[in-house]
Amino acid sequence: MIHPIPSGTRDVLPDETREVRAITDALRGVFERHGYGEVYTPALEYESVLARADMAEARPAYRVFDESGEVLVLRSDMTVPIARVVATRYASSEPPLRFCYFAHCYRGVRPQRGQPRELLQAGIELIGAPAPQGTAEALTVLCHALDTTGLKDYRIGLGDASLFPSLMARIGVPDATRAGLLEALVLRDFVGLQGTLAESGLPDEAAELLLELPQRRGGQEILTDVPAAAAEAVTGLRRVHELLDPAVAERVIFDLGLVRNIGYYTGAVFDVYDPALGTPIGGGGRYDELLGRFGRGLPAVGFALGVDRLHIALAGEERGTGALLAAATTPAETRP
Amino acid sequence: MSPTNGLVIAVPRGALFEGTVDLLTGLGLDTDELRSNDRKLLFEDIGVITMRPSDVPIYVEAGAADLGITGKDVLLEQAAQRPGEGGREVYELLDLGFGRCTMVLASKAGPDPALEALRRLGVMRVATKYPRIAARHLEETGRQAEIVEVKGSVELAPLTGVVEAIVDLTATGTTLRENNLVVREEIVACTARLIANPVAHKLKAAPIDDLLERLRGLTPAGAA
Repeated sequence: MIHPIPSGTRDVLPDETREVRAITDALRGVFERHGYGEVYTPALEYESVLARADMAEARPAYRVFDESGEVLVLRSDMTVPIARVVATRYASSEPPLRFCYFAHCYRGVRPQRGQPRELLQAGIELIGAPAPQGTAEALTVLCHALDTTGLKDYRIGLGDASLFPSLMARIGVPDATRAGLLEALVLRDFVGLQGTLAESGLPDEAAELLLELPQRRGGQEILTDVPAAAAEAVTGLRRVHELLDPAVAERVIFDLGLVRNIGYYTGAVFDVYDPALGTPIGGGGRYDELLGRFGRGLPAVGFALGVDRLHIALAGEERGTGALLAAATTPAETRP
Repeated sequence: MSPTNGLVIAVPRGALFEGTVDLLTGLGLDTDELRSNDRKLLFEDIGVITMRPSDVPIYVEAGAADLGITGKDVLLEQAAQRPGEGGREVYELLDLGFGRCTMVLASKAGPDPALEALRRLGVMRVATKYPRIAARHLEETGRQAEIVEVKGSVELAPLTGVVEAIVDLTATGTTLRENNLVVREEIVACTARLIANPVAHKLKAAPIDDLLERLRGLTPAGAA
Protein backbone atom coordinates (compact mmCIF):
# COMPACT_ATOMS: atom_id res chain seq x y z
CA MET A 1 0.00 0.00 0.00
CA ILE A 2 1.28 3.46 -0.91
CA HIS A 3 0.04 6.21 1.38
CA PRO A 4 1.00 9.64 0.04
CA ILE A 5 2.61 12.53 1.94
CA PRO A 6 2.27 16.21 0.94
CA SER A 7 4.34 17.53 -1.97
CA GLY A 8 7.60 19.07 -0.78
CA THR A 9 7.87 16.89 2.35
CA ARG A 10 9.63 13.57 2.80
CA ASP A 11 10.44 10.78 5.18
CA VAL A 12 14.06 10.66 6.27
CA LEU A 13 15.26 7.08 6.70
CA PRO A 14 18.25 5.82 8.71
CA ASP A 15 21.00 6.10 6.05
CA GLU A 16 20.14 9.73 5.34
CA THR A 17 19.46 10.50 8.99
CA ARG A 18 22.95 9.30 9.92
CA GLU A 19 24.52 11.68 7.39
CA VAL A 20 22.28 14.60 8.34
CA ARG A 21 22.99 13.96 12.02
CA ALA A 22 26.74 14.06 11.37
CA ILE A 23 26.31 17.50 9.77
CA THR A 24 24.06 18.93 12.49
CA ASP A 25 26.28 17.52 15.26
CA ALA A 26 29.31 19.22 13.69
CA LEU A 27 27.42 22.52 13.36
CA ARG A 28 26.07 22.30 16.91
CA GLY A 29 29.60 21.82 18.26
CA VAL A 30 30.80 25.01 16.57
CA PHE A 31 27.76 27.02 17.64
CA GLU A 32 28.11 25.88 21.27
CA ARG A 33 31.86 26.56 21.26
CA HIS A 34 31.16 30.15 20.21
CA GLY A 35 28.69 30.52 23.07
CA TYR A 36 25.41 30.04 21.19
CA GLY A 37 22.88 28.17 23.32
CA GLU A 38 20.37 25.97 21.53
CA VAL A 39 16.65 26.77 21.73
CA TYR A 40 13.43 25.07 20.63
CA THR A 41 10.30 27.03 19.92
CA PRO A 42 6.86 25.80 18.84
CA ALA A 43 6.36 25.02 15.14
CA LEU A 44 2.92 26.63 15.49
CA GLU A 45 2.67 30.32 16.37
CA TYR A 46 -0.09 32.92 16.46
CA GLU A 47 -0.32 34.62 13.09
CA SER A 48 -0.93 37.97 14.78
CA VAL A 49 2.37 37.68 16.67
CA LEU A 50 4.57 36.71 13.71
CA ALA A 51 2.85 39.39 11.60
CA ARG A 52 4.74 42.01 13.62
CA ALA A 53 7.75 41.17 11.43
CA ASP A 54 7.91 42.17 7.79
CA MET A 55 8.50 38.76 6.29
CA ALA A 56 7.78 39.78 2.66
CA GLU A 57 8.22 36.72 0.46
CA ALA A 58 9.04 34.37 3.32
CA ARG A 59 5.82 34.96 5.26
CA PRO A 60 4.09 31.87 6.63
CA ALA A 61 2.17 29.91 4.02
CA TYR A 62 0.28 27.38 6.16
CA ARG A 63 -2.56 28.37 8.48
CA VAL A 64 -4.84 26.49 10.80
CA PHE A 65 -7.50 27.52 13.33
CA ASP A 66 -7.30 26.44 16.94
CA GLU A 67 -10.29 25.45 19.07
CA SER A 68 -11.15 29.08 19.86
CA GLY A 69 -10.87 30.31 16.29
CA GLU A 70 -7.42 31.90 16.62
CA VAL A 71 -5.35 31.73 13.44
CA LEU A 72 -2.15 29.71 13.89
CA VAL A 73 0.64 29.50 11.34
CA LEU A 74 3.48 27.07 10.79
CA ARG A 75 6.62 29.16 11.25
CA SER A 76 8.47 30.02 8.02
CA ASP A 77 11.77 30.86 9.73
CA MET A 78 13.34 30.90 13.21
CA THR A 79 14.51 34.52 13.33
CA VAL A 80 11.08 35.93 14.09
CA PRO A 81 10.20 33.34 16.79
CA ILE A 82 13.56 34.02 18.48
CA ALA A 83 12.87 37.78 18.36
CA ARG A 84 9.62 36.97 20.17
CA VAL A 85 11.48 34.83 22.72
CA VAL A 86 13.99 37.60 23.41
CA ALA A 87 11.30 40.23 23.97
CA THR A 88 9.25 37.89 26.15
CA ARG A 89 11.72 35.77 28.12
CA TYR A 90 14.83 37.93 28.08
CA ALA A 91 13.13 41.31 28.50
CA SER A 92 15.72 42.60 30.97
CA SER A 93 18.76 40.43 30.22
CA GLU A 94 22.02 42.14 29.51
CA PRO A 95 22.93 41.88 25.82
CA PRO A 96 24.56 40.44 23.82
CA LEU A 97 22.47 37.26 23.69
CA ARG A 98 23.50 34.27 21.61
CA PHE A 99 21.12 31.54 20.41
CA CYS A 100 21.34 28.70 17.93
CA TYR A 101 18.67 26.39 16.59
CA PHE A 102 18.03 23.31 14.48
CA ALA A 103 14.42 23.46 13.42
CA HIS A 104 11.99 22.66 10.64
CA CYS A 105 10.41 25.64 8.91
CA TYR A 106 7.55 25.61 6.43
CA ARG A 107 7.26 27.53 3.17
CA GLY A 108 4.84 27.40 0.26
CA VAL A 109 7.56 27.13 -2.38
CA ARG A 110 7.53 25.17 -5.62
CA PRO A 111 9.18 21.95 -4.45
CA GLN A 112 12.48 21.16 -6.20
CA ARG A 113 15.99 20.04 -5.39
CA GLY A 114 17.13 21.50 -2.06
CA GLN A 115 13.90 23.50 -1.87
CA PRO A 116 11.42 21.48 0.18
CA ARG A 117 8.28 22.91 1.79
CA GLU A 118 9.39 21.52 5.12
CA LEU A 119 13.04 22.55 5.43
CA LEU A 120 15.49 21.86 8.23
CA GLN A 121 17.35 25.04 9.12
CA ALA A 122 20.46 25.35 11.26
CA GLY A 123 21.38 28.84 12.35
CA ILE A 124 22.36 31.38 14.94
CA GLU A 125 21.01 34.72 16.15
CA LEU A 126 23.29 37.26 17.81
CA ILE A 127 21.13 39.80 19.64
CA GLY A 128 22.44 43.14 20.88
CA ALA A 129 25.72 43.21 18.94
CA PRO A 130 25.78 46.11 16.48
CA ALA A 131 27.70 46.39 13.20
CA PRO A 132 30.47 45.93 12.37
CA GLN A 133 31.62 43.64 15.24
CA GLY A 134 28.39 41.65 15.45
CA THR A 135 28.34 41.07 11.70
CA ALA A 136 31.97 39.97 11.72
CA GLU A 137 31.25 37.51 14.56
CA ALA A 138 28.32 35.99 12.66
CA LEU A 139 30.44 35.59 9.51
CA THR A 140 33.22 34.00 11.54
CA VAL A 141 30.85 31.48 13.15
CA LEU A 142 29.39 30.79 9.69
CA CYS A 143 32.79 29.99 8.18
CA HIS A 144 33.89 27.89 11.15
CA ALA A 145 30.63 25.95 10.95
CA LEU A 146 31.00 25.27 7.22
CA ASP A 147 34.68 24.36 7.62
CA THR A 148 33.75 21.83 10.30
CA THR A 149 31.34 20.04 7.97
CA GLY A 150 34.18 19.62 5.47
CA LEU A 151 32.73 21.88 2.78
CA LYS A 152 35.70 23.15 0.78
CA ASP A 153 34.87 25.48 -2.07
CA TYR A 154 32.19 27.72 -0.57
CA ARG A 155 32.15 31.50 -0.80
CA ILE A 156 30.16 34.11 1.12
CA GLY A 157 28.51 36.85 -0.93
CA LEU A 158 28.40 40.00 1.22
CA GLY A 159 26.18 42.97 0.42
CA ASP A 160 23.99 45.54 2.14
CA ALA A 161 20.19 45.46 2.03
CA SER A 162 20.02 49.23 2.55
CA LEU A 163 22.38 50.07 -0.30
CA PHE A 164 19.95 50.14 -3.20
CA PRO A 165 17.02 51.74 -1.32
CA SER A 166 19.25 54.49 0.10
CA LEU A 167 20.85 55.00 -3.31
CA MET A 168 17.40 55.54 -4.79
CA ALA A 169 16.52 57.98 -2.01
CA ARG A 170 19.76 59.98 -2.39
CA ILE A 171 19.40 60.21 -6.15
CA GLY A 172 15.81 61.35 -5.74
CA VAL A 173 14.06 58.52 -7.55
CA PRO A 174 10.31 59.25 -7.43
CA ASP A 175 8.44 57.07 -4.90
CA ALA A 176 6.28 55.59 -7.65
CA THR A 177 9.35 54.23 -9.46
CA ARG A 178 11.19 52.84 -6.43
CA ALA A 179 9.05 49.75 -5.88
CA GLY A 180 9.37 48.72 -9.52
CA LEU A 181 13.15 49.07 -9.52
CA LEU A 182 13.53 47.12 -6.29
CA GLU A 183 11.18 44.42 -7.57
CA ALA A 184 13.28 44.00 -10.74
CA LEU A 185 16.39 43.66 -8.59
CA VAL A 186 14.76 41.10 -6.28
CA LEU A 187 13.65 39.13 -9.35
CA ARG A 188 17.26 39.28 -10.65
CA ASP A 189 15.93 40.91 -13.83
CA PHE A 190 18.54 43.38 -15.06
CA VAL A 191 16.78 43.72 -18.43
CA GLY A 192 13.62 44.75 -16.58
CA LEU A 193 15.65 47.08 -14.36
CA GLN A 194 17.10 48.78 -17.43
CA GLY A 195 13.65 49.06 -19.00
CA THR A 196 12.09 50.58 -15.87
CA LEU A 197 15.00 53.04 -15.61
CA ALA A 198 14.60 54.05 -19.26
CA GLU A 199 10.91 54.82 -18.67
CA SER A 200 11.50 56.59 -15.35
CA GLY A 201 12.71 59.88 -16.86
CA LEU A 202 15.72 59.90 -14.53
CA PRO A 203 18.86 61.66 -15.81
CA ASP A 204 21.13 59.30 -17.77
CA GLU A 205 23.86 59.47 -15.18
CA ALA A 206 21.55 58.41 -12.34
CA ALA A 207 19.99 55.63 -14.41
CA GLU A 208 23.42 54.33 -15.38
CA LEU A 209 24.47 54.26 -11.72
CA LEU A 210 21.34 52.39 -10.60
CA LEU A 211 21.94 49.80 -13.32
CA GLU A 212 25.69 49.42 -12.92
CA LEU A 213 26.19 49.40 -9.16
CA PRO A 214 24.01 46.36 -8.34
CA GLN A 215 25.84 44.32 -11.00
CA ARG A 216 29.15 44.79 -9.21
CA ARG A 217 30.45 41.74 -7.41
CA GLY A 218 33.96 40.47 -6.76
CA GLY A 219 36.94 41.35 -4.59
CA GLN A 220 37.80 44.62 -2.85
CA GLU A 221 38.47 46.24 -6.25
CA ILE A 222 34.71 46.65 -6.81
CA LEU A 223 34.47 48.91 -3.75
CA THR A 224 36.55 51.60 -5.39
CA ASP A 225 34.97 54.47 -7.36
CA VAL A 226 31.73 54.10 -5.43
CA PRO A 227 29.54 57.21 -5.72
CA ALA A 228 28.89 59.28 -2.58
CA ALA A 229 25.28 58.09 -2.44
CA ALA A 230 26.42 54.53 -1.76
CA ALA A 231 29.55 55.33 0.22
CA GLU A 232 27.98 54.76 3.64
CA ALA A 233 26.93 51.17 2.97
CA VAL A 234 30.24 50.38 1.28
CA THR A 235 32.22 51.80 4.18
CA GLY A 236 30.18 49.54 6.47
CA LEU A 237 31.11 46.49 4.38
CA ARG A 238 34.79 47.47 4.47
CA ARG A 239 34.69 47.78 8.26
CA VAL A 240 33.21 44.30 8.60
CA HIS A 241 35.81 42.91 6.22
CA GLU A 242 38.67 44.50 8.15
CA LEU A 243 37.57 42.72 11.32
CA LEU A 244 37.67 39.24 9.77
CA ASP A 245 40.50 36.75 10.16
CA PRO A 246 42.30 36.14 6.86
CA ALA A 247 40.84 32.62 6.57
CA VAL A 248 37.31 34.08 6.80
CA ALA A 249 38.03 37.23 4.78
CA GLU A 250 39.29 35.25 1.79
CA ARG A 251 35.91 33.50 1.55
CA VAL A 252 34.08 36.81 1.04
CA ILE A 253 32.87 38.07 -2.31
CA PHE A 254 31.44 41.59 -2.20
CA ASP A 255 28.11 41.82 -3.99
CA LEU A 256 26.54 45.28 -4.26
CA GLY A 257 23.39 43.86 -5.86
CA LEU A 258 22.63 41.37 -3.10
CA VAL A 259 19.07 41.66 -1.84
CA ARG A 260 17.35 38.95 0.16
CA ASN A 261 13.65 38.42 -0.30
CA ILE A 262 12.86 38.75 3.39
CA GLY A 263 11.72 42.22 4.40
CA TYR A 264 13.25 42.62 7.88
CA TYR A 265 16.91 42.95 6.82
CA THR A 266 18.35 46.41 7.40
CA GLY A 267 22.13 46.34 6.79
CA ALA A 268 24.74 43.78 5.82
CA VAL A 269 23.26 40.67 4.19
CA PHE A 270 25.02 37.55 2.99
CA ASP A 271 24.48 34.38 0.98
CA VAL A 272 26.51 31.17 0.98
CA TYR A 273 27.47 29.77 -2.44
CA ASP A 274 29.14 26.52 -3.38
CA PRO A 275 30.02 25.46 -6.93
CA ALA A 276 28.47 22.05 -6.19
CA LEU A 277 24.96 23.53 -5.91
CA GLY A 278 23.11 25.88 -8.26
CA THR A 279 21.35 27.73 -5.42
CA PRO A 280 22.61 29.38 -2.23
CA ILE A 281 23.11 26.99 0.72
CA GLY A 282 21.94 29.61 3.18
CA GLY A 283 22.34 33.19 4.20
CA GLY A 284 21.55 35.86 6.70
CA GLY A 285 22.12 39.44 7.65
CA ARG A 286 21.45 42.31 10.02
CA TYR A 287 17.93 42.99 11.24
CA ASP A 288 18.41 45.97 13.52
CA GLU A 289 14.73 46.97 13.64
CA LEU A 290 13.00 43.61 14.06
CA LEU A 291 13.50 43.31 17.84
CA GLY A 292 12.01 46.79 18.28
CA ARG A 293 8.77 45.60 16.72
CA PHE A 294 8.53 43.05 19.54
CA GLY A 295 9.27 45.70 22.16
CA ARG A 296 12.97 45.21 22.81
CA GLY A 297 14.90 47.46 20.43
CA LEU A 298 18.26 45.75 20.01
CA PRO A 299 20.47 45.50 16.94
CA ALA A 300 20.84 41.91 15.75
CA VAL A 301 22.36 39.67 13.14
CA GLY A 302 21.99 36.00 12.24
CA PHE A 303 22.12 33.37 9.56
CA ALA A 304 20.39 30.14 8.61
CA LEU A 305 21.77 27.24 6.62
CA GLY A 306 19.55 24.83 4.71
CA VAL A 307 20.78 21.51 6.11
CA ASP A 308 19.49 19.58 3.09
CA ARG A 309 21.24 21.95 0.71
CA LEU A 310 24.46 21.70 2.68
CA HIS A 311 24.13 17.92 2.51
CA ILE A 312 23.66 18.03 -1.29
CA ALA A 313 26.66 20.35 -1.69
CA LEU A 314 28.85 18.10 0.46
CA ALA A 315 27.80 15.06 -1.57
CA GLY A 316 28.52 17.02 -4.78
CA GLU A 317 31.97 18.07 -3.64
CA GLU A 318 32.68 14.50 -2.58
CA ARG A 319 31.88 13.25 -6.09
CA GLY A 320 34.21 15.93 -7.41
CA THR A 321 31.54 16.96 -9.85
CA GLY A 322 29.47 19.80 -8.62
CA ALA A 323 26.35 20.51 -10.64
CA LEU A 324 28.17 23.37 -12.33
CA LEU A 325 30.85 20.99 -13.54
CA ALA A 326 28.60 18.06 -14.44
CA ALA A 327 28.18 19.00 -18.11
CA ALA A 328 31.92 19.42 -18.53
CA THR A 329 32.95 16.17 -16.87
CA THR A 330 30.80 13.39 -18.30
CA PRO A 331 32.36 9.99 -17.55
CA ALA A 332 34.57 8.75 -20.38
CA GLU A 333 32.45 5.68 -21.19
CA THR A 334 29.41 7.78 -22.13
CA ARG A 335 31.39 9.86 -24.58
CA PRO A 336 30.82 9.14 -28.27
CA MET B 1 40.84 30.33 -22.42
CA SER B 2 38.03 29.50 -24.83
CA PRO B 3 36.09 32.31 -26.58
CA THR B 4 33.30 31.75 -24.02
CA ASN B 5 35.74 31.93 -21.07
CA GLY B 6 35.24 28.29 -20.14
CA LEU B 7 31.56 28.85 -19.32
CA VAL B 8 28.89 26.26 -20.11
CA ILE B 9 26.08 27.75 -22.22
CA ALA B 10 22.59 26.31 -22.74
CA VAL B 11 21.60 26.87 -26.38
CA PRO B 12 17.95 26.61 -27.50
CA ARG B 13 17.07 24.43 -30.51
CA GLY B 14 14.27 25.76 -32.70
CA ALA B 15 13.43 29.32 -33.73
CA LEU B 16 16.16 30.95 -31.65
CA PHE B 17 18.87 28.48 -32.71
CA GLU B 18 20.22 30.38 -35.73
CA GLY B 19 20.45 33.72 -33.95
CA THR B 20 22.11 32.09 -30.94
CA VAL B 21 24.70 30.21 -32.97
CA ASP B 22 25.45 33.35 -35.03
CA LEU B 23 26.11 35.15 -31.76
CA LEU B 24 28.42 32.37 -30.53
CA THR B 25 30.26 32.45 -33.88
CA GLY B 26 30.61 36.19 -33.44
CA LEU B 27 32.30 35.54 -30.10
CA GLY B 28 34.86 33.40 -31.92
CA LEU B 29 33.49 29.96 -31.01
CA ASP B 30 33.93 27.11 -33.52
CA THR B 31 30.28 26.30 -34.20
CA ASP B 32 30.65 24.07 -37.29
CA GLU B 33 29.66 20.85 -35.54
CA LEU B 34 26.92 22.62 -33.58
CA ARG B 35 25.38 23.74 -36.88
CA SER B 36 25.82 20.46 -38.75
CA ASN B 37 24.91 17.88 -36.09
CA ASP B 38 21.34 18.42 -34.95
CA ARG B 39 21.11 15.13 -33.04
CA LYS B 40 23.95 15.69 -30.64
CA LEU B 41 22.99 17.40 -27.39
CA LEU B 42 26.26 17.87 -25.53
CA PHE B 43 29.19 19.69 -27.17
CA GLU B 44 31.77 19.45 -24.42
CA ASP B 45 34.76 20.83 -26.31
CA ILE B 46 33.02 24.18 -26.87
CA GLY B 47 31.03 24.23 -23.60
CA VAL B 48 27.58 24.09 -25.20
CA ILE B 49 24.51 22.01 -24.38
CA THR B 50 21.42 22.14 -26.58
CA MET B 51 17.78 21.69 -25.63
CA ARG B 52 14.31 23.03 -26.36
CA PRO B 53 13.89 26.69 -25.35
CA SER B 54 11.48 25.98 -22.48
CA ASP B 55 14.07 23.69 -20.85
CA VAL B 56 16.83 26.32 -20.83
CA PRO B 57 15.77 27.97 -17.52
CA ILE B 58 15.54 24.54 -15.88
CA TYR B 59 19.13 23.59 -16.76
CA VAL B 60 20.47 27.03 -15.88
CA GLU B 61 18.63 27.14 -12.57
CA ALA B 62 20.00 23.71 -11.65
CA GLY B 63 23.52 24.85 -12.50
CA ALA B 64 24.07 22.37 -15.36
CA ALA B 65 24.85 25.45 -17.46
CA ASP B 66 26.29 28.76 -16.25
CA LEU B 67 24.48 30.78 -18.90
CA GLY B 68 21.57 30.17 -21.21
CA ILE B 69 19.69 31.80 -24.04
CA THR B 70 15.92 31.60 -24.27
CA GLY B 71 12.87 33.69 -25.17
CA LYS B 72 11.22 36.20 -22.85
CA ASP B 73 8.01 34.24 -23.47
CA VAL B 74 9.57 31.20 -21.78
CA LEU B 75 10.78 33.30 -18.84
CA LEU B 76 7.37 34.93 -18.38
CA GLU B 77 5.60 31.58 -18.54
CA GLN B 78 7.86 30.18 -15.82
CA ALA B 79 7.91 33.32 -13.65
CA ALA B 80 6.30 33.55 -10.22
CA GLN B 81 2.59 34.24 -10.38
CA ARG B 82 2.34 35.68 -6.90
CA PRO B 83 4.81 37.05 -4.36
CA GLY B 84 6.43 34.23 -2.46
CA GLU B 85 5.54 31.57 -4.99
CA GLY B 86 9.03 31.54 -6.45
CA GLY B 87 9.67 31.54 -10.20
CA ARG B 88 12.85 30.29 -11.80
CA GLU B 89 15.83 31.48 -9.78
CA VAL B 90 17.93 32.82 -12.64
CA TYR B 91 19.41 36.19 -13.51
CA GLU B 92 18.15 37.89 -16.65
CA LEU B 93 21.26 39.71 -17.85
CA LEU B 94 20.80 40.93 -21.39
CA ASP B 95 18.19 41.52 -24.08
CA LEU B 96 19.85 39.99 -27.14
CA GLY B 97 17.42 41.67 -29.54
CA PHE B 98 16.88 38.79 -31.97
CA GLY B 99 13.91 36.43 -32.24
CA ARG B 100 11.51 39.34 -31.85
CA CYS B 101 7.86 38.32 -31.70
CA THR B 102 4.68 39.30 -29.91
CA MET B 103 2.40 37.45 -27.52
CA VAL B 104 -1.11 38.18 -28.78
CA LEU B 105 -4.74 37.43 -28.10
CA ALA B 106 -6.39 36.48 -31.38
CA SER B 107 -9.78 35.26 -32.51
CA LYS B 108 -11.69 34.50 -35.72
CA ALA B 109 -12.06 37.38 -38.18
CA GLY B 110 -15.38 39.19 -38.22
CA PRO B 111 -17.39 39.99 -35.09
CA ASP B 112 -15.19 38.97 -32.15
CA PRO B 113 -16.54 35.62 -30.81
CA ALA B 114 -14.66 36.18 -27.54
CA LEU B 115 -16.58 39.40 -26.87
CA GLU B 116 -19.84 37.68 -27.68
CA ALA B 117 -19.02 34.81 -25.31
CA LEU B 118 -18.12 37.27 -22.54
CA ARG B 119 -21.32 39.25 -23.08
CA ARG B 120 -23.71 36.30 -23.23
CA LEU B 121 -21.99 33.61 -21.16
CA GLY B 122 -19.77 35.71 -18.88
CA VAL B 123 -16.69 33.68 -19.67
CA MET B 124 -14.43 33.18 -22.69
CA ARG B 125 -12.53 30.04 -23.53
CA VAL B 126 -8.92 30.56 -24.55
CA ALA B 127 -6.54 27.99 -26.03
CA THR B 128 -2.82 28.46 -25.51
CA LYS B 129 0.58 26.86 -24.98
CA TYR B 130 1.21 29.61 -22.42
CA PRO B 131 -1.47 29.00 -19.76
CA ARG B 132 0.17 31.17 -17.09
CA ILE B 133 0.77 34.19 -19.34
CA ALA B 134 -2.79 33.89 -20.69
CA ALA B 135 -4.36 33.51 -17.24
CA ARG B 136 -2.37 36.45 -15.85
CA HIS B 137 -3.28 38.73 -18.79
CA LEU B 138 -6.98 37.92 -18.59
CA GLU B 139 -7.00 38.26 -14.81
CA GLU B 140 -5.23 41.62 -14.98
CA THR B 141 -7.73 42.87 -17.56
CA GLY B 142 -10.64 41.69 -15.43
CA ARG B 143 -12.08 39.00 -17.68
CA GLN B 144 -13.27 35.57 -16.69
CA ALA B 145 -11.65 32.90 -18.85
CA GLU B 146 -11.36 29.16 -19.13
CA ILE B 147 -7.82 28.32 -20.19
CA VAL B 148 -7.48 25.30 -22.48
CA GLU B 149 -3.86 24.15 -22.62
CA VAL B 150 -2.88 22.55 -25.92
CA LYS B 151 0.47 21.20 -27.04
CA GLY B 152 0.04 21.28 -30.84
CA SER B 153 -1.28 23.90 -33.28
CA VAL B 154 -3.23 26.39 -31.23
CA GLU B 155 -4.93 27.83 -34.34
CA LEU B 156 -7.06 24.74 -34.70
CA ALA B 157 -8.94 25.29 -31.44
CA PRO B 158 -10.94 28.44 -32.39
CA LEU B 159 -11.64 27.10 -35.90
CA THR B 160 -13.29 23.99 -34.49
CA GLY B 161 -15.31 25.85 -31.87
CA VAL B 162 -13.36 24.45 -28.91
CA VAL B 163 -12.51 27.99 -27.82
CA GLU B 164 -13.37 31.59 -28.76
CA ALA B 165 -9.81 32.94 -28.70
CA ILE B 166 -6.15 31.99 -28.47
CA VAL B 167 -3.09 33.43 -26.77
CA ASP B 168 -0.01 32.68 -28.83
CA LEU B 169 3.33 33.97 -29.98
CA THR B 170 3.47 35.46 -33.48
CA ALA B 171 6.39 36.85 -35.45
CA THR B 172 4.92 37.79 -38.82
CA GLY B 173 1.24 36.96 -38.32
CA THR B 174 1.23 34.71 -41.40
CA THR B 175 -0.05 31.58 -39.64
CA LEU B 176 -2.81 33.59 -38.00
CA ARG B 177 -3.90 35.12 -41.32
CA GLU B 178 -3.85 31.76 -43.10
CA ASN B 179 -6.21 30.42 -40.48
CA ASN B 180 -8.54 33.42 -40.69
CA LEU B 181 -7.58 34.71 -37.24
CA VAL B 182 -6.98 38.35 -36.36
CA VAL B 183 -4.96 39.88 -33.55
CA ARG B 184 -7.27 41.51 -30.98
CA GLU B 185 -4.70 42.47 -28.36
CA GLU B 186 -0.92 42.62 -28.12
CA ILE B 187 0.09 41.35 -24.68
CA VAL B 188 3.87 41.67 -24.62
CA ALA B 189 6.82 41.81 -27.05
CA CYS B 190 9.37 39.05 -26.62
CA THR B 191 13.03 38.73 -27.66
CA ALA B 192 15.88 36.37 -26.84
CA ARG B 193 17.42 36.89 -23.41
CA LEU B 194 20.69 35.88 -21.79
CA ILE B 195 20.14 34.27 -18.39
CA ALA B 196 22.60 33.14 -15.71
CA ASN B 197 22.67 30.72 -12.81
CA PRO B 198 22.67 32.77 -9.56
CA VAL B 199 25.64 30.94 -8.05
CA ALA B 200 27.70 31.05 -11.26
CA HIS B 201 26.87 34.77 -11.48
CA LYS B 202 28.75 35.27 -8.19
CA LEU B 203 31.49 32.64 -8.39
CA LYS B 204 32.34 33.27 -12.07
CA ALA B 205 31.75 37.02 -12.06
CA ALA B 206 34.78 38.03 -14.14
CA PRO B 207 34.31 35.55 -17.04
CA ILE B 208 30.56 36.29 -17.14
CA ASP B 209 31.02 40.07 -17.14
CA ASP B 210 33.67 39.85 -19.86
CA LEU B 211 31.35 37.74 -22.02
CA LEU B 212 28.48 40.13 -21.32
CA GLU B 213 30.57 43.07 -22.49
CA ARG B 214 31.50 41.32 -25.73
CA LEU B 215 27.88 40.27 -26.31
CA ARG B 216 26.75 43.89 -25.89
CA GLY B 217 29.14 44.77 -28.70
CA LEU B 218 27.47 42.15 -30.96
CA THR B 219 23.90 43.05 -30.06
CA PRO B 220 21.99 45.73 -31.97
CA ALA B 221 21.86 48.99 -30.02
CA GLY B 222 18.06 49.11 -30.16
CA ALA B 223 17.70 45.83 -28.32
CA ALA B 224 17.07 47.38 -24.92
